[in-house]
Amino acid sequence: MSKQLTLSVSPHIHSGRSTWRIMLDVIIALLPATVAGCVIFGLRALAVIALTVASAVGFEALFNLITKKKQTIGDLSAIVTGLLLALNLPANIPLWQCVVGALFAIIVVKCLFGGLGCNIVNPAITARVFMLVAFGSMTKAALPTIVDTVAGATPLAPEAATSLGDLFLGLHGGAIGETCAVALLIGFIYLLVRRVISWHLPVVFIGTVFAVSFFLEGMNAVAALSAILSGGLLIGAIFMATDYVTSPATAWGKVLFGVGAGVITVLIRYYGVYPEGVSFAILLMNIVTPFIDSWTKHKVFGKGGKKA
Amino acid sequence: MAFSLHGVHVPHRKNTANSSAVYVDPPKTVTIPMSMHIGAPAKPCVKVGDLVKVGTLIAEAGGTVSVPMHASVSGKVVKIADYLTSAGSTVPAIVIESDGEMTPDEALTPPVVDSKDSLIQAIKNAGVVGLGGAGFPTHVKLNVDPARIEQLVINCAECEPYVTSDTYTMLTRTEDMKTALEAFKTYMGIKHIVIGIESNKKAAIKSMMQLMKDTCQGCKVDVKVLPAKYPQGGEKVLIYHTTGKVVPTGKLPIDVGCVVLNCTTLAAIGSYLATGMPLVKKCVTVDGGAVKNPQNVIVPVGMSMADVFEACGGLTSEPSKVIYGGPMMGVTVPDTSAPIMKNTNAILALTAKETKLPATTPCIRCGSCTNTCPFGLAPAEIAKAYDRKDAVKLEELSLATCMECGCCSFICPANRPLVQTNKLAKVFVREEKAKEEGKK
Repeated sequence: MSKQLTLSVSPHIHSGRSTWRIMLDVIIALLPATVAGCVIFGLRALAVIALTVASAVGFEALFNLITKKKQTIGDLSAIVTGLLLALNLPANIPLWQCVVGALFAIIVVKCLFGGLGCNIVNPAITARVFMLVAFGSMTKAALPTIVDTVAGATPLAPEAATSLGDLFLGLHGGAIGETCAVALLIGFIYLLVRRVISWHLPVVFIGTVFAVSFFLEGMNAVAALSAILSGGLLIGAIFMATDYVTSPATAWGKVLFGVGAGVITVLIRYYGVYPEGVSFAILLMNIVTPFIDSWTKHKVFGKGGKKA
Repeated sequence: MAFSLHGVHVPHRKNTANSSAVYVDPPKTVTIPMSMHIGAPAKPCVKVGDLVKVGTLIAEAGGTVSVPMHASVSGKVVKIADYLTSAGSTVPAIVIESDGEMTPDEALTPPVVDSKDSLIQAIKNAGVVGLGGAGFPTHVKLNVDPARIEQLVINCAECEPYVTSDTYTMLTRTEDMKTALEAFKTYMGIKHIVIGIESNKKAAIKSMMQLMKDTCQGCKVDVKVLPAKYPQGGEKVLIYHTTGKVVPTGKLPIDVGCVVLNCTTLAAIGSYLATGMPLVKKCVTVDGGAVKNPQNVIVPVGMSMADVFEACGGLTSEPSKVIYGGPMMGVTVPDTSAPIMKNTNAILALTAKETKLPATTPCIRCGSCTNTCPFGLAPAEIAKAYDRKDAVKLEELSLATCMECGCCSFICPANRPLVQTNKLAKVFVREEKAKEEGKK
């Protein structure tokens, strides 16, 4: 035998899963919502998405270049962050603000903390919260361009009254990617089928919001349904809260995260000064995730507990 | 049993499941290392120039936890050379030049077994070790108070990809298995026999059902068909899934009343009891993308991998890795002069494509490692604690519980070397403990 044999420690085969493939799956899962957003809010939405994604990727590439780190944009995570941030912005936002948001998400929240896997909070969510606090434009939701609408606020604002059907199709004011429930649910199913995420976190998060809203609305199921279809809940619960890096690892941890985020969301919606609380809720739960992780470890086989 | 333990779905690649095993022509020489088992190496009791026949004793057990070795071909001892084991130690190896006749040693007769002690002695004389891969001397494992044994669990899981040599045993060596089981019932007072087998082996399940029907006289028998999920054949996993018992960390199966024997180990015992022929030949699965004719072959212990591959039509391409055993826990060899060991159940010549591992990237905290670990460990956290060289944290994370099955590394999308780190971490903790002891 001429060539040397490779010596290595087992295992010698791999499942074939990769970070790149997972990120690609998230992008694919976001496509329905992206397309729906562009249809509902028009070309301006497309411009916001393109610019935010390009900025996110550009900033990460630039950071790696300046700090002489290995280029990481190939793992697609910057695209995911850019796309998620864009889908959380209103279509009529000044374009320069998109660039600032992407800068904050990628440089401050992600790269300065050590890059993918080391950030303690979700970059897209944190940037959204930053922009909400910094820019007034974030609270003036864009209106759908494909239908005549008179209502000017998001359905969560007190004066809004949107039918459940419009909520489901996304024909109301809001951020580009958050309004179309159908598109987001298609993405959810895709992620479940591809086993990128488990059902626990989104279902418990949304279920908690439903339950608490149902209670606060005086046992009104329609109002509770409207509560879960409004604002950024679906996109937040399905795509942002499930970010691996900043959410708990075990099923019970995900359940705890979901309950906490659900309760905080409703409390902010009903008692806070902001109409929407999903971003804040996820951000807060991101911060307590290390604690949740340490409370919800699997029991080790043969050490007291029977099994995981 | 309420839950089943986690694991991973590995590709089965049981290409040789339907091949009957072929006897190959004896090789020109065999190399028999004195250590093919866990424990002290055997001590050679032949000299260069001695004539031996198949089954002749060539080395005596080197201690309590050790087994004797026997010639696997007839011919002449030509060399006693140093042999570097895959564990890194150097032991003598007896090289026998074959006369091509494969003449059995006529002095071999079936052992006289009339008590537990004589049964244990017979198993020791047969040179039998755990043939599932571990290579632990079987007579040591069985030398317990029979009253403590509640279940005898037969490991028929064969959960590693490619490997089908246990399937061959289950399909064709039921007589040998029966002989051994009857002896266990009579002399060890075994009251309950449980067979654990993966559901992807339909014919073997049928064969085991029949075996249990034939063996059930005066004894409770069970055939547990388990999901084909790796690592179903891990000893503690199998005990849990067949009996519901949890073997605590640091304890042995016997501590919960179980003894686990691999089906081929059982057959080797039965074969010795019936014929007096010790463990000198093995059914080995020869597979992998670089092998021309993947098949099961029956070869003498000590035959070189190169000779075995040659007997299977040779290699069609340069393999990237050649390994003993399956791809999940198998051991790579530096070259194909490595001999077939007693506990070799497969040799695989894998192409670069088959063993392609993705690039290692940063951990994205996806949780797959802890969610697939059969024992609920947190491999990513163990890796971090090892990076910090934190021995206290490593113990807290129950590092010692790890059976090194490799599910974590297999599933990791960032291809982090998780199980590999666990192995290093175990050595590190051992060294730290030794230092502590030294201080006292």
